[in-house]
Amino acid sequence: MFEAFDALMLARIQFAFTVSFHFLFPAFSIGLASYLFVLNALHYSTGKPVYLTLFQFWKKIFALAFAMGVVSGITMSYQFGTNWSVFSDRAGPVIGAPMAYEVLSAFFLEAGFLGIMLFGRSRVGPRLHLVATGVVAFGTFLSAFWILSVNSWMQTPAGFEIAPNGQFVPTDFWQVIFNPSFPYRLAHTVTAAYLTTAFIVGGVGAYQLLRKKRREDRPGARTMFSMAMWMAAIVAPIQVFLGDAHGLNTLEHQPQKVMAMEGHFDSHPDGAPLILFGIPNSAEKRIDYAVEIPKLSSLILKHDLDAPLAGLDTIPEDEQPPVGIVFWSFRVMVALGFLMVGIGFWSLYARWRGTLFSDRKLHWTAFLAAPSGLVAVIAGWITTEVGRQPYTVYGLMRTAESVSPLSAATVGATLLAFIVIYFAVFGAGTFYILRLMKTGPKPIEDDRPDGPIRTAGITPAPSIDDKFIPAE
Amino acid sequence: MDLTLVWAGIISLAIIGYVVLDGFDLGLGMLFAVFPKRRDRDVMMNSVAPVWDGNETWLVMGGGGLFAAFPFAYALILPALYIPIIAMLLALVFRGVAFEFRWKTERWRGVWDLSFIGGSALAAFAQGVTLGGLIQGIEVDLATRSYAGGAFDFLTPFSVLTGLSVMIGYMLLGATWLVMKTEGDLQARARFWSWVMAVGTVASILVVSLFTPYLEPAYFARWFTFPSILFAGIVPLAVAATVVLLFRSLHVNHHDYRPFFLSLGLFVLSFVGLGVSLYPYVVPPSVTIWDAAAPEASQIFMLFGAAVLLPLIVGYTAYAYWVFRGKIDPEEGYH
Repeated sequence: MFEAFDALMLARIQFAFTVSFHFLFPAFSIGLASYLFVLNALHYSTGKPVYLTLFQFWKKIFALAFAMGVVSGITMSYQFGTNWSVFSDRAGPVIGAPMAYEVLSAFFLEAGFLGIMLFGRSRVGPRLHLVATGVVAFGTFLSAFWILSVNSWMQTPAGFEIAPNGQFVPTDFWQVIFNPSFPYRLAHTVTAAYLTTAFIVGGVGAYQLLRKKRREDRPGARTMFSMAMWMAAIVAPIQVFLGDAHGLNTLEHQPQKVMAMEGHFDSHPDGAPLILFGIPNSAEKRIDYAVEIPKLSSLILKHDLDAPLAGLDTIPEDEQPPVGIVFWSFRVMVALGFLMVGIGFWSLYARWRGTLFSDRKLHWTAFLAAPSGLVAVIAGWITTEVGRQPYTVYGLMRTAESVSPLSAATVGATLLAFIVIYFAVFGAGTFYILRLMKTGPKPIEDDRPDGPIRTAGITPAPSIDDKFIPAE
Repeated sequence: MDLTLVWAGIISLAIIGYVVLDGFDLGLGMLFAVFPKRRDRDVMMNSVAPVWDGNETWLVMGGGGLFAAFPFAYALILPALYIPIIAMLLALVFRGVAFEFRWKTERWRGVWDLSFIGGSALAAFAQGVTLGGLIQGIEVDLATRSYAGGAFDFLTPFSVLTGLSVMIGYMLLGATWLVMKTEGDLQARARFWSWVMAVGTVASILVVSLFTPYLEPAYFARWFTFPSILFAGIVPLAVAATVVLLFRSLHVNHHDYRPFFLSLGLFVLSFVGLGVSLYPYVVPPSVTIWDAAAPEASQIFMLFGAAVLLPLIVGYTAYAYWVFRGKIDPEEGYH
């Protein structure tokens, strides 16, 4: 049944599928870990119960998302070898080390502090609990740091030489880690994770505001919604600038990718138009039904209306990325980005008018926009990963050379298994998360776990365990 | 100092660490099948719930470490053992989520229990098959630096045997873990199952040990020629002594801790025996650890992190187990 595909295509689909599925969880939990830290810190400094209520509520969701992130992440550490063995052999000496650091830092976070954060509040006291929450937030950031460094090295390789046996061998690990595209990618991706979380939190807050009971707002709904809308108003515009900077960096190091994003099949010697919409026609090498603004692309990319911009016609056929996917995914990401900016500004206006908690249109919009961050993040990754084709190590190693010597049937059958099982299992998990979100926070939640006692690293300190201090 | 040996040591420790740590909770998952009562299952799951995800991170460490320190071996082993490895990963998904999902639903609890049992069993079997597939040798094309065999080369009577052996051995670990962590009726039944699995494990070790030397001439030479037999011979003697102690401790009702640690001892000795057979090959019969090692610059860079973080992780893990020592309180951990 897989005759229509070759093993290479199936391996690419399998990697894209497993990594996209996996990334949804960290994209959410990186931001959520920081949000939990902020809630915990606010409760610690102000003593207002609403922050603890919200902390306890989002903590449960974090536990579920994190567990799914762990199991889908185990798969990722083996996908490189199972499907991309030639790549692993050749690039392993360079990227193996930062990946090992990613594992070690994730490990340390998990073994050390997640347990305390989830279940240890009554055992270690509020101060140490706050510290633990901070460490978990930092640990998720550290994981992102290392894995994005690896990805960036594959996009803009640096600090290596090629050994006689074909292996990439590190000459300078500083250059490997802080390769040219890494700072931009890190800033853009981590900010995206924060926005993703902000819109999920805002969506849940909006939902809870919409279903208020007897004119009484549900507990924490206002606080959640307000905090999320501040994030949207402040961080979404910042993200537009970060995205622009990342794009300029891409133009410098991976011009073909930008050509595909812009849909520039042809070179424009005196000012390139910005194509807003259109249908890429790769066979005819043009954009059909294009709606374009003259010279704007040159203005954005070169900050000069008449600056010449090269098109894909300057790139050999076998070094071009597929235009259709990149063109569309880029537009989806950008459109969602501007939607987020718009919601942020709308919320500022509503706040100024004093209607932030009563504007039902805003609440409905925020509720419907809850998954916008997740979609934008995946669209962004599709843009950057498809846009760097046909290479795994940019300009040096082709995707077709990287693949494992496996038959299409083998890769296809496991791909099918991944699809069926991931949708079934993570579908169930997502259902449980949505059900928690629907129920919403309960005013005073105790610290007893709803699930099993779990996770390595609960540090008991019985002397300050408030459950066992006799009431005098 | 030869950093390749150091890294071989670190990866070996990560693998045996994983087998020892996750083995008992996979075994316990399989034993769910013979403990159908909900209350027993709650206690069983609570006995491993605080530690299981820490345990499984050692698997990520094994994979990630092998990739970083021996990229060539990683690139050969994973395509060669593609099917059992992917089966293991998917099985771990099923059992991993069961820890969380099982408590979120009444109606579907049975489904997640089943996914816990099936996931644990398949993961254990797949790990054993992977092990057997590696021991029996992997066909390598050294010119193209790639795996040269087919998708089902791993599937032999020997690898099925090692798969079943690992299942039985893990169940021994799981059952003796329960003897240590539980009381009363549950403990008595765990003791019975420990005894059953101990018999099965000893039989498995015997058969696999007799089979292995005939797979490769090098293995045979290692075990049956002078002078290496002097070192190698210690291993079976130590195994025999451990087996005797294990059966004696299972017959004595007040030994709660000893059976588990003796079972762990059996695993460690088997692993040492495996090392005796394989060394210096990481992908038998043609690729040694030096052939597969990453260049020195990579080894040194990683050693900084490993030197600082590994002792911390080991220390922390030990501390977490110490914190959760003792019998499980059936009332703790759920409403």
